Amino acid sequence: MNPIYLDNNATTRVDPAVVQAMLPFFTEHFGNASSIHAFGSEVGKALKTARSQVQALLGAEHDSEIIFTSCGTESDSTAILSALKAQPDRNTVITTNVEHPAILTLCEWLEKEGYIVHKLKVDKKGRLDMDEYKSLLNDRVAVVSAMWANNETGTIFPVVEMAELAAAKGIMFHTDAVQAVGKIPIDLKNTKIDMLSLSGHKLHAPKGIGVLYLRRGCRFRPLLRGGHQERGRRAGTENSASIVGLGKACELAMLHMEAENTTVRRLRDKLEQGILSQITHCFPTGDVANRLPNTSNIAFEYIEGEAILLLLNKLGIAASSGSACTSGSLEPSHVMRAMGIPYTAAHGTIRFSLSVYNTEAEVDRVIAAVPPIIAQLRKLSPYWTEVGGKSGPAANPEAAFAPTYA
Amino acid sequence: MWEYSDKVREHFFNPRNSGPLEEANGIGDVGSIQCGDALRLMLKVEPETEIIQDAHFQTFGCGSAIASSSALTEMIKGMTLDEALKVSNQDIADFLDGLPPEKMHCSVMGREALQAAIANYRGEEWSDDHEEGALICKCFAIDAVMIEDVVKANNLNTVEQVTFYTKAGGGCAACHEGIEEILAKVKAERAGPGEVSPPPAHLPNSAATPEAPKPPATKLSLVQKVKKVEEILDAVRPTLQRDGGDVELADIQGKKIYVHLKGACSGCMMEAATLGGIQQKMIEALGELVQVLPSSHMPVEV
Repeated sequence: MNPIYLDNNATTRVDPAVVQAMLPFFTEHFGNASSIHAFGSEVGKALKTARSQVQALLGAEHDSEIIFTSCGTESDSTAILSALKAQPDRNTVITTNVEHPAILTLCEWLEKEGYIVHKLKVDKKGRLDMDEYKSLLNDRVAVVSAMWANNETGTIFPVVEMAELAAAKGIMFHTDAVQAVGKIPIDLKNTKIDMLSLSGHKLHAPKGIGVLYLRRGCRFRPLLRGGHQERGRRAGTENSASIVGLGKACELAMLHMEAENTTVRRLRDKLEQGILSQITHCFPTGDVANRLPNTSNIAFEYIEGEAILLLLNKLGIAASSGSACTSGSLEPSHVMRAMGIPYTAAHGTIRFSLSVYNTEAEVDRVIAAVPPIIAQLRKLSPYWTEVGGKSGPAANPEAAFAPTYA
Repeated sequence: MWEYSDKVREHFFNPRNSGPLEEANGIGDVGSIQCGDALRLMLKVEPETEIIQDAHFQTFGCGSAIASSSALTEMIKGMTLDEALKVSNQDIADFLDGLPPEKMHCSVMGREALQAAIANYRGEEWSDDHEEGALICKCFAIDAVMIEDVVKANNLNTVEQVTFYTKAGGGCAACHEGIEEILAKVKAERAGPGEVSPPPAHLPNSAATPEAPKPPATKLSLVQKVKKVEEILDAVRPTLQRDGGDVELADIQGKKIYVHLKGACSGCMMEAATLGGIQQKMIEALGELVQVLPSSHMPVEV
């Protein structure tokens, strides 16, 4: 049986056309773009093309606003550290408590270094309180960093509006858009967003390539200093094959944008409805009315996510979970906790994330596969009872099973 | 994904003795729903011989939690209660051909459920004496609570000493930052400041000999502290003035000392180095770990 890949928010398959575009840059076009000779100039031209392909997908005004980096994390770190370094009179960062670790871990470290970090809270659907946000915008804030779309739930933040509010107070705005780019239309030239991070491997380009969009005129200090690559804003010999691949992937993403928001959305909705209609005591998490078209995150109560994933994996189905066990930490996903999802459900969250490469037949197979797995694990759960052919959570589950803390 | 042994996988996919046990006369409920692991162990004990005739489990948890529960029930069936009490968490892990370090707590939970169920059968009160913290050293599966306890009990000051006492940090060394953070936290909590020295950049490879812990110095009053800080600033001031700069104390907030860098010092590329140098002098003079920060870093009231 062919495996079914529904973990596209983790990473994606490199499109075969992207691989084809890249291959010559390992062999005949191996030159260094900085060189004067023909080997180098071929590469230089290809980088220029790739830059304009990225520019088109982001709707950036100038191609010089595109800085190639090694990954989304590097772009995030560069953006925030640059904002602090370039504005030494400002010591505060505003972010949200559902950001990716690329932002949150950096912010924890900044706090240790003496900076002030405000993390905006979310409600039970993962939405921000814009009044709280507005109240924090003052002249000590160096930068606001809010993700465009959440990696776990797909919930979309109003970053365009947030950037305008920040700009009105003269505050820089950065967005981690690694999950949004390629899935929803973006037109940066008509926004006040100053910086944006994207990651190639989330949109069918290879791993190890990212972009920092930097609006022309935005004060900047490089993270890596050295050669003159990327106009001195990111030193280091260009990863030319991957840059070419990313350019091609951006071109394809433009072509697939329509399908992403029609076909993929329909398949995601079918999958979610197919599961919710067959299984009791489960619910979708996040802001279901305002999320990425490819993401569905479902909490299955009274069972644990890693166990679900292992049983799905046995059937060749790949997804991911917000349980503590899958990450090796002691707490379930910070995103689920931020939304106030109870522990009995947070550990049982499963994220299905589709791409244009998924098919209707695959979705049908998953809809059929999930219910028996959930039933099998609930049978093992001390929070679940099966009496006289009738099954459901133990009456008052928290009281029926109140283990000694260990 | 974790590297589970074939035996773990087999016990997870085909768990033995799962579900309620009607005739159970000893039940142990342990675990923590916060951490995503909870286990109910049910024993049917023959009162005359105290032999475990049957054992069942119900588990909310990951693959290795379910496999550990299943393995435990298989291991203890036919044992007397006294024999069963000798089963250690390592025995459970060994039965499963090992568990990943992050998952060893699953076997600990199994052993605790067994103790709790036997206590329940005997009508005794069972209380858990094991607190679990975030895993710090993945090579030797040592968690934060264990390291903190040992640091406090033995008044440890360096990563080397922690390695000597707990093994934590003695493998790949990737967790040294985490251990240093625990050391700093414990130091900050100590009543009097202990010996403070930044860890050496490179640790010797040879096994470390723990130094004798230094007796805690007397704690400075706030006034004494301010006086000392001013003395140090006075001492560095001539050097800064030679370069056309100056420094002034702005505020002291706990372990953070805020200073105004003035004149040529303000915005100078060497600002960080200047502050670092002052910080080093402060640490030496005050005998405690402090941070010297520019006044622009002072928290604002929101």
